[in-house]
Parts: sequence; C-alpha cells; structure tokens
Amino acid sequence: MSYEELANPELAGVQIADDSEDLSRSEVILKGALAAGAVYGTLMVGPFVRRALAMSEGGDVGILNFALTLEYLESTFYKEAQTRAKASGELKSLIAMLAEDEQQHVEALTATIKQLGGKPVAEPKFDFPYSDTAGFLKLAQTFEDTGVSAYNGAAPSIKSKEVLGAAGSIVQVEARHAAAIRLQNKEEPAPEAFDPSLDEAQVLKAVEPFIA
Amino acid sequence: MSESTKQKTSGEPARGAIARVVSDPVSRRKFMALSGGSAAAAAFLAACGSSGSSTTTTATTSAGGGSETAQFGKGDVGILNYALTLEYLETAFYQDVIKSGLFKGAELETIKKFGEEEAEHVKALTAAVKSLGGKPAPEPKTEFPLKSAKSVLELAGTVENLGAAAYLGQAANIKSPEVLASALAIHSVEGRHASALNTLLGVSITPDGAFAKPATAKTVLKSVEPFIVG
Repeated sequence: MSYEELANPELAGVQIADDSEDLSRSEVILKGALAAGAVYGTLMVGPFVRRALAMSEGGDVGILNFALTLEYLESTFYKEAQTRAKASGELKSLIAMLAEDEQQHVEALTATIKQLGGKPVAEPKFDFPYSDTAGFLKLAQTFEDTGVSAYNGAAPSIKSKEVLGAAGSIVQVEARHAAAIRLQNKEEPAPEAFDPSLDEAQVLKAVEPFIA
Repeated sequence: MSESTKQKTSGEPARGAIARVVSDPVSRRKFMALSGGSAAAAAFLAACGSSGSSTTTTATTSAGGGSETAQFGKGDVGILNYALTLEYLETAFYQDVIKSGLFKGAELETIKKFGEEEAEHVKALTAAVKSLGGKPAPEPKTEFPLKSAKSVLELAGTVENLGAAAYLGQAANIKSPEVLASALAIHSVEGRHASALNTLLGVSITPDGAFAKPATAKTVLKSVEPFIVG
C-alpha cells in the first residue's frame, strides 16, 4: 500500500532513519507499527497505547507523561545494553553516558509531573529484540531519532514556558545522542536540515511493539 | 560557554564544569536522595532559567515576547531574524572552511553536508520572516580565522554548540506554534551538528550533561561579534 493510500497521508513526509538498505527486524517492526497505525487508526492499537493516548489529553502533565514513557524506554534499553550490547572501548563509554542521561531524564520528568500535581505513568516492562552490537546500534538510532521527532512534535502544545524550556533542553540532548549513535553506525549524524516531527499517536504506536 | 576537556585516557567521556555534580553518579544520587527527588525537578526547570540562576548562560524568561531580539524586529519576526543572522554566519563559515582546503575525505563531506543544511536554514527562515510580513535580516559580512584544521574544527564546535544554545534560549519567547515548530526542527539539527563536531574533537557530546543549557541573545551576539566585519 503506498503512502498516498494511507489514512494519514502526512506520514508520507515522515522519515524514520531509513537511510540504511539493510533493515533490522526491529526497524521492520517499527515501520510496520507506524504503517498499521496510519491505516487502521487508533482502533487497532493495544491497551497500553489507548491508555497513553487518553492520558495525553491532560495538558502539560499528559505531555510530560508521554515523554516519561519514552525516557523509560530509552533508560531501560541503555541499562540493559551495558551488558547485552557486547560493546567495548568508546562505544561502551558512550552507552554508559547515554544510560546516565536517560535515567536523569526519567527522574526529572517524574519529579516535575509530581510537582505539577500529576501522577507519573508507571514504568512499563520492555522487550528489545537484538542479539549483537550491530542490532543494538540500529535500534538505538531508531529510538533516538524517534525521540527527537516526538519531543519536537509535542513541544508546540506545551502551555507552560518553564516546561517548554525543559523539554527543549532534553530534546537537544536526544539530538546529540542521535548524532553520536549515527556516527557509530557510520551514518550521517544529521541526515536532514530539519528534523521531522511525529505526533503522539504515531510515536506511541511505534513504541508499542517494544512493550512486553 | 562550556569548557572543552579532552577525553580521559580511561575512555570516560569528559563533562563540562556546569554538569559536574550531576554527572558523577555517586554524588548525584546522594544529592537526589537527600533532597527527596524534588531537586531533580528543580534542576530540570532551572535548566531553562526559571529558578533565577545567575549564570550568564541562563535565558531570561521574565521578559519574553522577543524583547531580547528587538533589534532584529518585533516579536517572532525579531526572533526569526536573529536566528537568520546566526544561520548566515554558520553558512558563511562553512563556505570559508570548504574553500580553505584544510579538510579532505569524510571530514570534508561532513562539513559540506552541514554547510548545505545551514544554507537551507537560511532559506527557510527568510521565507518565514516574509510570510509574517517582516523584512529579512541582511546577510552580514563575515571573516573567520582559518589557521589550521584543528583550530577550524574547534571554531565549528564553538559555533554549533552556541547556535543550539541560542535556539534553546529563544524557544519560550516564540508566540506562534508554527514558528516554534520550525525553530525546534532546526534546533535539534544544530544539536546533532554540535555533537558530531564534539566527537571529531574528542570532547563530550553533551558538555552541559543530560540537560542542554540555553544562551541569551546577548551572550550569543557578543560571542559572534568578532566574526562580523560589516
């Protein structure tokens, strides 16, 4: 089915780090999830995404909880990767730093949500299918690029100037992460002049396959 | 500006002074435990200057509405023209660097790509200003020191890290959600550029740690002043 026939034609303009010919299984899953979401709308998504989307109607706290979900994903992913990715040297140091950054994002977002009188979303259990360093790197690139697009997509809806500034300070770090991972993959660190945005529904559908 | 420190030989990435407490896992966790987690929120929101921090890189959130960039025009037009001026500078810089012959191979390709992207930013920002009925800022005359490949890379790193901080510093001042979306789409790309250049230079990809710091228009313009000659 071509993009033109999708229910959400704006997806045709979205590029999800697909400049590699050789798609890993994870990338196929992610692209499939996005395409499926586009065709079938929210009816075909599971309970996690339905709950998350419902939560997102709650203003700034909703957006922060959406961000927290993604940060939980990245934080868990990098924590596991410290042993699972079988990395050494520079990449091993990079993974340790990324794990630390994402953990700080989780803690800060959780604290901020509470400070705003909201309830932080519970930490999901994740399942990341990869078996070697190359598999880890492909997934990392997808997650970081998607994270940037997610923050960029959500930020214009943020009401509070402080929360917007905070989201901006995080997305810049995710972009820095993305570039570093892409360099490890021998890919272009900045493939586009303008980073694309994804809306919340698209991101949550993309993330759903990795929720255990 | 954050300090550049070389990677230690143990392979641990270096961190700027700004994030020293936060980046050391042991002391940070002790700090968090003592202050019951609310310190995380405080640190997080402080990253955008709302705590009233006195560092020169803290963006002012009290003025808002583009008063920092009034010399470039009113409101969003002023902010866009400020960004346009910086993008003109970056484009000119990369053009000079390409002409200098200091770089070859993969590094030259990276520099060319970044230069092309900055040129696209110039086009987009110019169009955005016009669409708001404003007059686009003029292309400044620039001169950059190009002594050696190393000093040029360092300058590129400085410019890109500063550029990212500049966009972050203005995000909260932008009124239109569409203009904000465009600014954010560029801001994250500048972050990518900064990270890639920092990697080439062997310094931390995140000099400010887990939360990037904004820069005021005053700080940014002062930093780039030496390169504008007319």
